[in-house]
Amino acid sequence: MTIDAMTLTLFLPLFGAMAAFVFPRVATGIGLVTVVATCGAVWLLALEVLKAGAVVTPLGGWEAPLGIALRADGLSLAMLAMTSGVGLLVSLGALDALRDLRQRQYFWPLWLLLLTGMNGVYLGTDIFNLYVMIEVIALAAVGLTVLSGTKEALRAGLEYMYASILGALLFLMGVGFVYLHLGRLDFAGLLEAEPSGALSAALALMLVGLLLKTALFPLHFWLPAAHANATAPASALLSGLVVKAALYIFLRLTTYVPLPDEILVALIGALGAGAVLWGGVQALRAERLKLLVAWSTVVQIGLIFIAFARAGQVGLTESWKAAALLILAHGVAKAAMFLAAGRIKDEVGHDIIRDLDRAEVRPTLAQFTFALAAISIIGLPPSLGFIGKWSLMEGAMAAGYWHWVAITMIGTLLSVAYFSRVFAGFLRFDRVRGPVGEHQGWALADVAPLTLAIASISLGLMAAPILSFIELGYALGVTP
Amino acid sequence: MTPDLIYGLTGIAVFAIGLTGALCAQDRLRRVLALKLCSLGAGFLLVVAAWREPPAAPDPVPHALVITGIVVMISATAVALALIRRLQSLEAEDDD
Repeated sequence: MTIDAMTLTLFLPLFGAMAAFVFPRVATGIGLVTVVATCGAVWLLALEVLKAGAVVTPLGGWEAPLGIALRADGLSLAMLAMTSGVGLLVSLGALDALRDLRQRQYFWPLWLLLLTGMNGVYLGTDIFNLYVMIEVIALAAVGLTVLSGTKEALRAGLEYMYASILGALLFLMGVGFVYLHLGRLDFAGLLEAEPSGALSAALALMLVGLLLKTALFPLHFWLPAAHANATAPASALLSGLVVKAALYIFLRLTTYVPLPDEILVALIGALGAGAVLWGGVQALRAERLKLLVAWSTVVQIGLIFIAFARAGQVGLTESWKAAALLILAHGVAKAAMFLAAGRIKDEVGHDIIRDLDRAEVRPTLAQFTFALAAISIIGLPPSLGFIGKWSLMEGAMAAGYWHWVAITMIGTLLSVAYFSRVFAGFLRFDRVRGPVGEHQGWALADVAPLTLAIASISLGLMAAPILSFIELGYALGVTP
Repeated sequence: MTPDLIYGLTGIAVFAIGLTGALCAQDRLRRVLALKLCSLGAGFLLVVAAWREPPAAPDPVPHALVITGIVVMISATAVALALIRRLQSLEAEDDD
């Protein structure tokens, strides 16, 4: 068996996770080396995809439908690159943010296992493997949620666990129905299948499971507490990367087996609109900074589904690109924002929004990072978030679906409003008695979120190459 | 009623019972058990997918899938139980 970049992308983090667990004293070193090596493997894979369009590797030489094939194209590679790139920077941020020895020991195996699961999702080509990978992600993500060990984190983690396992089991039930119906589980089999009621029902089960895992309104109930109570690097990974895995499977499945009805597409858009409005209101009411950021994730997930539904059923052939852009933009910006929020909480000592302007310590660099990330999440030019929102609205306008434009505008206004609450706290000094002590010097932990935030804005300038890259080898309906 | 229909319907019913429990139960342990029921139901369905009219041999692929599913669910249950125990001991400390 030859070892290629694709196999390495999947197995490097797996072996890294095992090694980091077995040798806890050097877990940090093993973790960093593994993440850097995985980035390298993704880079090599990207070069192959640029040359060949789409790359397929049957594991162990067994061909589909019996064997397990890995497949990489532009979209999966964009997701892999986001995951490993953001992951590397979050890892660097974690060096400083995790002070507790116990937390440091367990963070690395869990995070590498999470990376394995996500890489497996982005490379997988059959739905049973996707089920196994989302369970791997679920277990690792729950572990990261409860890493801080507080009672609130444990409660949130348990709630997250129930939702996550239930979502995966709904998906598994759908997989069972697909096998009953088609006798095979690979994407090629799904593509060739005649559309039928039984297949749609199976797909519906799987999609509901995925919506639960990606926290689309009204199935978002577990997300805010879980993301707000985790430690900062864990929150960044959970909010920036983990919810995207289920979203990606949703995009793939709906391209291979198109939604049978216009009403279903509209329903998904409507749920997205619900998320934007409800999440926006809750973010306005949030008392703590991290909770506000977590609610903004609910809003952004809703926005991604609006992008998916922006031009109805006929527009699905183009709409996935807008959704993919928003996924990438949110991944980078939200990771930066959660890391920055963690830094602010560390320096100020609390993250109660209304008392931010009374703080005598002002971690200026972390505040600046938070603001930069907010620019991308609100969707101001030239950030990647702006490009995503722009292509959402462009498609909606071209198709004459003005209501999606209106909802997006309202969502944008709401996000300006709730982030302004935070900025006001950063910029007001008149409520402080005594001298204001600025954060002295730079910490290593500031570098990672700042780099991410700058990336989230400057990637907007590279939107055209990104757009043409995600289309590589991903012609609709004619893969694999 | 052919055996595959009986088993299939049973699987769906078990899954539905588990789903109701997972959504409605309050007790933490009950919800874990409800999720176990869900996975049993899904496993049933996969076993039905393997069934063939007797002279023909059953399809081995779903059996492999069910075994994988069982392993995944055992690990998930273990994690959930560990979390519940830890949470309970933290809450007990608070009560003292």
